[in-house]
Amino acid sequence: MTKIRTLQELEALRKSLLQRRDPNKPCVRVCLGTGCRARGSVDVLEAFTHEIKKRGLDVQVECKQTGCHGFCERGPLVVIEPKEIFYQRVKAGDVPEIVSKTLLNGEVVDRLLYTDPATGRKVLYEYEVPFYKKQTRLILANNGRIDPTNILDYIAIGGYQALAKAITTMSCEEIISTIEKSGLRGLGGAGFPTGRKWRLCREAPGDVKFVIGNGDEGDPGAFSDRSLMEGNPHSILEGMVIGAYAIGANQGYLYVRAEYPLALKHLQIAIEQAREYGFLGNNIFSSGFDFDIKINRGGGAFVCGESSALVASIEGKIGEPRAKYIHTVERGLCNKPTVLNNVKTWANVPLIIKNGADWYAKIGTERSKGTAIFSLVGKVNNTGLVEVPMGTPLKEIIYDIGGGILEGKRFKAVQTGGPSGGCIPEELLDLPVDFERLTDAGSMMGSGGMIVMDEDTCMVDVARYFLDFLQCESCGKCVPCREGIKRMLEIITDITTGRGKEEDIELLQELADMVKDFSLCGLGKTAPNTVLSTLRYFRDEYVAHVKDKKCPAGICRDLIEYFILEDKCTGCGACLKLCPQQAIDAYGLIHTIDPAKCIRCGICRDACPFEAIIVR
Amino acid sequence: MWGAMKLAKSVPEYSKVDKIIDSYSCEKSALIAILQEIENLYGYLPAWALRRVSEKLGVPLIQVYGVASFYDAFHLTPRGKHLIRVCLGTACYLRGSARVLETLEGELGIKDGETTPDLEFSLQSVRCLGACALAPVMVIGEQYFDKMTPTKVRSVLKRVQRRDDKD
Repeated sequence: MTKIRTLQELEALRKSLLQRRDPNKPCVRVCLGTGCRARGSVDVLEAFTHEIKKRGLDVQVECKQTGCHGFCERGPLVVIEPKEIFYQRVKAGDVPEIVSKTLLNGEVVDRLLYTDPATGRKVLYEYEVPFYKKQTRLILANNGRIDPTNILDYIAIGGYQALAKAITTMSCEEIISTIEKSGLRGLGGAGFPTGRKWRLCREAPGDVKFVIGNGDEGDPGAFSDRSLMEGNPHSILEGMVIGAYAIGANQGYLYVRAEYPLALKHLQIAIEQAREYGFLGNNIFSSGFDFDIKINRGGGAFVCGESSALVASIEGKIGEPRAKYIHTVERGLCNKPTVLNNVKTWANVPLIIKNGADWYAKIGTERSKGTAIFSLVGKVNNTGLVEVPMGTPLKEIIYDIGGGILEGKRFKAVQTGGPSGGCIPEELLDLPVDFERLTDAGSMMGSGGMIVMDEDTCMVDVARYFLDFLQCESCGKCVPCREGIKRMLEIITDITTGRGKEEDIELLQELADMVKDFSLCGLGKTAPNTVLSTLRYFRDEYVAHVKDKKCPAGICRDLIEYFILEDKCTGCGACLKLCPQQAIDAYGLIHTIDPAKCIRCGICRDACPFEAIIVR
Repeated sequence: MWGAMKLAKSVPEYSKVDKIIDSYSCEKSALIAILQEIENLYGYLPAWALRRVSEKLGVPLIQVYGVASFYDAFHLTPRGKHLIRVCLGTACYLRGSARVLETLEGELGIKDGETTPDLEFSLQSVRCLGACALAPVMVIGEQYFDKMTPTKVRSVLKRVQRRDDKD
């Protein structure tokens, strides 16, 4: 492969690719994101390849793997071009029928279509599915369209044009001021203005500078970075090369979570292909600018999402953060000026360069520009990946896109920002999501997890869950975080196990404020957010645990009891056989649970076909 | 932990480990990458390998041990034939993954992070596998099991054991 050296060569290649591709040629796109894969989409893809070959349709029909389409709830997903017929929950066994009906005869396989639960109508096309309809997909736009392992797919949709434009027609100053004007902010959570970060780094003294892409997505319940790295790795690389050119860096690093093997693989393939075409390496677009990217696998430490800890980890050290007055833009990796951005932030860069700062600044709210990506999960009907303009109300995301609460239960709260964020109650459902509004509500944007909680969720237990996570992940360097979180966890564990005292709530509040104010890095500073926000909005639940020794949601084991309703129990014996503690007795027909033996595992309730077992 | 490692019968294979270290030109900053490759090779980090890395890189053993014990990716004791991972990410937790983990602990007779004495199963909780649509999710080896319940755990374990018996 000869390297691409000019904008014209790139454009010529793109045109020849488009000419070779018939837009009316049927193309089967199979989602191979982690969610669909786990449900067997690899088998589905294999079945398509096999079936197409078997029937000698190789020439007429194209079949390709794509990254995550986002609607994980209905996976495995298959989209058939040119009409974009949308099939969901596809199994390998469905494939021969799809080939004979849809591909050969243009008929639709009705049972594989998505049914809109609101109207009861079947939806034929991907773009008509309500889950996608209300989204504005910028960064994720091409995730389900291109084969992430084929650079030509990316070039065909205009990939690397922004890089060519930046390097061949713009000065470094112009690039930075474009990013500044666009209003792009760091999408890793903190929301620091990206352009300003770049400028500070460019102006920092030193010849050797670095750029880093943070793909160490550690927030439980967030998978947007993963989907982007798996589904459109070149968009991240392109952004990084542009950034490196603007600040004057010649080496970049991608720090990727080791639990994401597919993301690692696709990024590695993308880097090799980009080198082949000359988008990485020496003398990029004949400008004399050299740049390359190396991948570092994360070691599995949540704290390494923090910039200075991440840098320490790349240096081969323990991931311990350092004090904030030393700025990474001045003294980052190997003490050299470094720009560290989240992978989603990097993926925004080519879009801004290509479409202009004004185009980008029009999307979003006054201070938060562009789109926000959320992994919508928890007790919501449509689990999946959602991209909406900043400022979209929570209600729209959860109800219109997410399809509302699972099993028609009542909404209680939504948690954003991972362990650093907080819980937002029903009263605030009209809140437009952007950096400022979420922070004002006691939560934060974080790396994009949006966890929906229903009436069966105990908010005290949720706070305990996050504290437990954070005390495991605290690196132990500073005392407020290491000791403070541990003590908070002890207090809250007492509360959830019925040993809580009334004064504990005040003590918890006091400790939370202390940990927030005096911890060294972002992990500790934001650690008490879940506790603080649940105390703010759900204090009555704490009081119920402490005063009445009751868990209103029926979650905290020491405060609940399993009970068999006499009028519903038929004496079928299903629970009796499964109880691991032999805690269920059958006197005559009606069964009873011995509370002394019961460990409240809930197996009996799952097993009961008559809903005769309740928690009280 | 060191005590437990001494118990693990592991014959030093210096040439294999040296090859890994040399492929990184004995670069100190490659410590994590080197340990990752050794972990991949053996499924854990044998004590002799840590000593070798320390000698060859010129990094004090305490620092090598520090890194090996800091990151979740590393293990200092041998791991079982089947690695069972239970997701305790927020979405899975809300849908009851703590009960799944507890059932596994009860069935296997080991705690989270431990390995059965016959080296058949290792149990490990993880914080989010990013497969939230499948919550609560459990992974054995590479195979995903979705919407897990304590009852499903028992039947899956039985299936795995039966498959092993056949082999």
